[in-house]
Amino acid sequence: MRDFILFFLIVVAGTGGELCVSRAMKVVGEAPSFHPRQMLRVILRALTVPWMWIGVGMMAVAFFALLGALSLYNVSFVVPVTALSYVAGAFGGVTFLRERVSPARWLGVLLVAIGVTLVFFGNK
Amino acid sequence: MTGSKTGPDSHLKTYLLIGVMIIAGPLGNVLLGKGMKGIGTLAIWPPVQLLLTGEKILSSPFIWLGIASLITFFVAYMLVLSWADYSFVQPTASLAYGVVALLGYFMLGEHISLMRWAGIAVICLGVFVVGRTSPKTTSPEGDTV
Repeated sequence: MRDFILFFLIVVAGTGGELCVSRAMKVVGEAPSFHPRQMLRVILRALTVPWMWIGVGMMAVAFFALLGALSLYNVSFVVPVTALSYVAGAFGGVTFLRERVSPARWLGVLLVAIGVTLVFFGNK
Repeated sequence: MTGSKTGPDSHLKTYLLIGVMIIAGPLGNVLLGKGMKGIGTLAIWPPVQLLLTGEKILSSPFIWLGIASLITFFVAYMLVLSWADYSFVQPTASLAYGVVALLGYFMLGEHISLMRWAGIAVICLGVFVVGRTSPKTTSPEGDTV
């Protein structure tokens, strides 16, 4: 149960956070160059978008759950299992956002799920 | 296959930043793993214990190095997504799952069973396939994101 909660938080809060951050960055627009001043300006502008803060908050939750999982298991076990976020993303997209997921994408999601299963049972 | 929407200059930027992502992300996770392994069991109750645990975590240099590495990853990811297509960045970044296993093996001496290697390879392949398909599956207002 403890493990389930940890991995659930890593996957769901992490995916949700990335979606929010990605949305915020689309609002901010392209970073024009590598100049530190312009990069700083992009980052500062990103901090004014509410989606960024929601995303960062969710990613912080996922981060502490990740620390908890890493104290229990090897990193080469924990990180591959977090790839379940692709499975969560596909189902979340269909359920909450009513997206249409292409067959090719389902194939990729299925492969990820098979891979995570192998990693999971390879830990015994 | 075009990685970016703008000129040839941003191709170099894109590959450079994806390179940073593939190294810094896994390295950060491996450093966090090393830090957390040195802390032992995490007591979170009563609340005083939670504070003590938090203090132990934050006093580990590996945790801070890991956080710095993950911030580097995160900034590279944000910047590259501000101009490059998600469907190009994501499949390439799937290599990170292989890198994290390699770093775990070489830096932390983790035992990785054959089944885990196979699983990681299948995950990389799966993430690659997911990333190659267009993430834009709905366009309610016909907008270009």
